[in-house]
Amino acid sequence: MKKFSSTGLATSRRRRVLINRVAVQAALIGLSIFFLLPLIWMIVTSLKPIDETMTSPPRWIPSHFEWGNFPKAFAYNSEDLGYIPFLVYGKNTIFVTILAVIGSVISNSLVAYSFARIKWRGREVLFGLTLATMMVPGPVLMVPMYALFKEFGWIGTFRPLWVPTCFGSAFNIFLLRQFLRTIPIELSEAAKLDGASEWRTFVDVIIPLARPALVVIAVFTFLWAWNDFMGPLLYLTDQQTFTLSMGLQFFQSQHTGTPWNLLMAASLIVIVPVIIVFFFAQKVFIKGIATTGLKG
Amino acid sequence: MNTRREQLVGVLFALPWILGFTIFLAYPLVTSFYYSFTSFSVLRPPHWIGTSNYRELIKDDVFHQSLKNTLTYAAASVPLATVFAILLAMLLNTKAKGMAFYRTIFYIPSLVPMVALGVLWLWIFNGHYGLLNEGLGKVGLPTPPWLTDPAWTKWTLVLISVWGTGNAMVIYLAGLQDVPQSLYEAAEIDGAKAIGKTWHVTIPMISPVILFNVIMGLIGAMQTFALPYVMFPGGQPARSTYFFSMYLYDTAFQFQRMGYASAMGWVMFAITLSLTLIALKLSSKHVHYEGG
Repeated sequence: MKKFSSTGLATSRRRRVLINRVAVQAALIGLSIFFLLPLIWMIVTSLKPIDETMTSPPRWIPSHFEWGNFPKAFAYNSEDLGYIPFLVYGKNTIFVTILAVIGSVISNSLVAYSFARIKWRGREVLFGLTLATMMVPGPVLMVPMYALFKEFGWIGTFRPLWVPTCFGSAFNIFLLRQFLRTIPIELSEAAKLDGASEWRTFVDVIIPLARPALVVIAVFTFLWAWNDFMGPLLYLTDQQTFTLSMGLQFFQSQHTGTPWNLLMAASLIVIVPVIIVFFFAQKVFIKGIATTGLKG
Repeated sequence: MNTRREQLVGVLFALPWILGFTIFLAYPLVTSFYYSFTSFSVLRPPHWIGTSNYRELIKDDVFHQSLKNTLTYAAASVPLATVFAILLAMLLNTKAKGMAFYRTIFYIPSLVPMVALGVLWLWIFNGHYGLLNEGLGKVGLPTPPWLTDPAWTKWTLVLISVWGTGNAMVIYLAGLQDVPQSLYEAAEIDGAKAIGKTWHVTIPMISPVILFNVIMGLIGAMQTFALPYVMFPGGQPARSTYFFSMYLYDTAFQFQRMGYASAMGWVMFAITLSLTLIALKLSSKHVHYEGG
């Protein structure tokens, strides 16, 4: 009797586990559709001829793939929208992003190393102030930064967009410091016993170990610089120096219809590099986030 | 002598930030505070006008509306995105097939640049040939004017913010993976079911992560700019999407009133700071820190 009921319990438990597993898979698939459908629609639209973009009901498969939309989006010229040198915007964005990433990785690793592994007077005070500045909303600095860069004669150049990243940022310093503190101090002490200077210890011992965290900083800075909209809007004045995120706007028409297929093609041109970078960095990136103490 | 050398080396390593902090943070903050008591534009140097910018703000209806819009948006989007991100993270923390794949898919939307996000959703929410209303209409659901009715526009933005919640999700996921398995086992011995385990083990254990994300979300929501700027030029219709930062930007760079804009910036700072302090205060009894 006892034996019978226990196997009955086992099957009901097995059934419950099975139902659970099906429910989890269903939820995962449903949510994937929710997250992916808008992006798939973007891809579909970008490959349509213009007269198929506004049909009712919507067409999921274009009559033919209009690959020409992509070269067209790179240098579009129409009476209504004017000339949009999207390729030039791409070049500008790449230029700013590369400088920002290099500047950010170098400066933040130096500063975080100092905060995490060198003892000096004033360190704790400055670190406290650094954390406090994370609370300052960006818009508070909009006017004074503009005034400052105008003083420097930098308005209309790329410098306001990347030079500040070469001096570190509170968030990145915090992230990297958390990571560097987890590296055993004995490693530094051993290097110093071997006669290594602080600089050699930093370059030869710590930096190689900090790779995952440096990747996180690089990816964050890349995303920030690539996506930045307010910076270019404030500081760039000449059409030829605009960036991708600004250029996208120009495909929207106030008068005749917006060429949605080209706008979606242009949007994809902006998004795809981001997704490629993420895919390459993903493994190290997730590991870096998990170990940088970002979780609080 | 050794410590003196260490002092020098430490400062040298930190030098980029000492300079950056001074030039790009401290100095602008101080000047911004000064500007907020002046009348000032690109063409005219600042001249002192006392507190009249702040007094004008009290009577400025557009300012009130932009403040109300921003706070309404924050009050709706932060809790919604928080609950949604935690649920997603819990789902991703179960042991199912293809988890790495789903994790990537759930994260991808948060990679999409704001401006591209804006134009994509303009296209999907479009009242005439937008995908969403076509779909809703087909299954007999109401097809609201997402982009043109002032009663709906803010909700449109809230929905989009929920879609791009991947960053918070990843942080919650990392937090969940840190919860010791033994706590769940102990709860199970005590007879706790799934909901009980979530409520009494998971939520308390990740409460510091929740607090961190809520505060970051709040600060982010208060600064919302690019998305409404791209989707609703001028905060139209009926200024229903005219956010605080948009008004600040217009005031400084369209109307050339940089002193007035600086005063707005400081009001924003004060509000953000108070909201953060309230969040910290309210949470102090509920947030659980390991080891103290």
